[in-house]
Amino acid sequence: MAGSIEIEGLTKSFGGFRAVDDVSFVAEDGKITALLGPSGSGKSTALRMIAGLERPDAGRITIAGEDQTRTSVQERRVGFVFQHYALFRHMTVQQNVEFGLRVRKEDPAKRRARVLELLDLVHMTPFAERYPGQLSGGQRQRVALARALAPQPKVLLLDEPFGALDAKVRHDLRRWLDELHRELGVTSLLVTHDQEEALELANKIVVMHEGRVEQVGSPGDVYDNPTTPFVAGFVGSANVLHGSVVDGHIHLGSFRLPGASHLQDGASATAFVRPHDIRVAGGEGDVKAVIERLASLGWLTRVTLRLDDGDTLVAHVPNEELHGAVEGDRIGVDLRNPKAFLAPEHVAEEDEIPPGEAPVLREATGPVD
Amino acid sequence: MGAPPTERMKPIPAGDEDLTRLRNADARRGRLVRGVMLAVALVYVSVLLLAPLAGIFIYALRSGLGTIGRTFSQPDVRHAFLLTFVIMAITVVVTTFFGVIVALVLARDHFPGKRLVSALVDLPLAVSPVVVGLMAVLLFGRGGWFEPFFASRGIQIMFALPAMILVTIFISIPFVIREVVPVLQELGMEEEQAAWTLGASRVQTFFRVTLRNIRWGLLYGIALSAARAIGEVGAVLIVSGTLTGKTETATLYILRAFDQYQDQQGYIVALTLATFSIVLLIGIETFKRRRTAEAD
Repeated sequence: MAGSIEIEGLTKSFGGFRAVDDVSFVAEDGKITALLGPSGSGKSTALRMIAGLERPDAGRITIAGEDQTRTSVQERRVGFVFQHYALFRHMTVQQNVEFGLRVRKEDPAKRRARVLELLDLVHMTPFAERYPGQLSGGQRQRVALARALAPQPKVLLLDEPFGALDAKVRHDLRRWLDELHRELGVTSLLVTHDQEEALELANKIVVMHEGRVEQVGSPGDVYDNPTTPFVAGFVGSANVLHGSVVDGHIHLGSFRLPGASHLQDGASATAFVRPHDIRVAGGEGDVKAVIERLASLGWLTRVTLRLDDGDTLVAHVPNEELHGAVEGDRIGVDLRNPKAFLAPEHVAEEDEIPPGEAPVLREATGPVD
Repeated sequence: MGAPPTERMKPIPAGDEDLTRLRNADARRGRLVRGVMLAVALVYVSVLLLAPLAGIFIYALRSGLGTIGRTFSQPDVRHAFLLTFVIMAITVVVTTFFGVIVALVLARDHFPGKRLVSALVDLPLAVSPVVVGLMAVLLFGRGGWFEPFFASRGIQIMFALPAMILVTIFISIPFVIREVVPVLQELGMEEEQAAWTLGASRVQTFFRVTLRNIRWGLLYGIALSAARAIGEVGAVLIVSGTLTGKTETATLYILRAFDQYQDQQGYIVALTLATFSIVLLIGIETFKRRRTAEAD
């Protein structure tokens, strides 16, 4: 039932536009792999090629050890879950789940047993006779998952499966999918633009940007050791600071940050500092800043800091570490674990602020909890 | 200023009363306009649609059931109805089969000249049926482009059933396509793609998913096609040669009946056709309602 997915040099253009450009990665047997990237990064196109819904211009797709580059959708035996469910609207829940077994001419008794088993698995047994139009979004996606799993696919491909659901349902369904995966162990490839979703669900994350793979790694790896500025900014939120390299440090107006020893002296560099890597250090911190705004995030407080040179930083500080500081207080802060990269041309245009000026916080796409 | 809150509140209910009065005046004017429009609509529909229908009913039934029986016992009347239904049946089958294919292509594929094809589909609606008949004569009549080919094989096209079917099909082409294309566009392809990933072949997907999803729109198109085929007279008149008992359809029979002062029989045949059309109309309305209901 299970099997790995191996992708080598996958490429696809639409007209003159390279949607997917030389993409290679492996999704290991029995694991969840996430293809993470912003919209237009080519992740859905890559997934659709793996399913056989699009033809690649070049590259190789191996599923469970078999070369599937040129085979038809039907032959690949993959389970596919669509963002907008794509349930058959004129069939009941039960008929939807049964469809894959029926078209493959399975024995009716076995079919029936399998459908009941799957309805139970996705907790939809009481709704077996309902039509998709009578179900909520979360219920529909559970039916879609049961339908995809019914013919026992070698791998499960999920295209933004929670994208059309509201936040609460999305969270619940995510947790539920995680449990389900532990139970079934089917190799899964999940496409998402939500970094939180990828970090929570996946064993391995493939970060995509403009049709290319930016970084492949475990969630911890991708979060803690981003290898490109794009990954540093896209996975998790970060303050983006621009400065120049002197002696392995990045000089930024009134202070300097370590961690640039791999960069040449005099180069212009970009440093990414996560909000939770900024610590309030009372009077001792290296960097002096005025608290401009405090906003509660529950057990954390979001602190907007104004530096002496006028730039702002955003920090997420545990409430008890604030020690009663209020807006307008002047405090010292420590900036830890900065990730320094050579400033590429295009970072400036994305941030709307030229290098050397105000640092910018890239907000996380999800809430911090 | 400085007044207690209760007094400051006062102007607001007063303003409300003004507003209510204005609203009432507006509503009265609105009711008047609506009433006039309703009256116009009812008179228009009844004078132009219901009165002629009632007229046919009264004239056809005035002479009593005996005349009806005598009319339907005439071999040429029976033959005329048979011919009309044969032409309708073949037209419906052909326009449905090819209509669905054309609709699938227009809704799903992108190719150069697609807009032109889409516009061409509507051509039969714009061209007078008489002109359609003339075009058929040019192609299949004496000296026509295709005439030698069929004549040498002894196949009679002109003044025979084949030409009558051809022109009727031509005229009925747009209906199925026009009804099915928007339904397909609205459906999108995800359900079909889901079916493929579940192992369904293209044929299985068409019959189990696509056809089920377009059925009400398709039936609506078929009903329109059938109604058009039954009522066709202009093009058929030109290509049939109106040979009594041979190439005379029900509509052509009506024309001849009035020519030969057999009004009574003409009315009876007309009433039969009208009744059939009303049945189709009820079908059409039902399909239309189902189609819109399922679109939600």
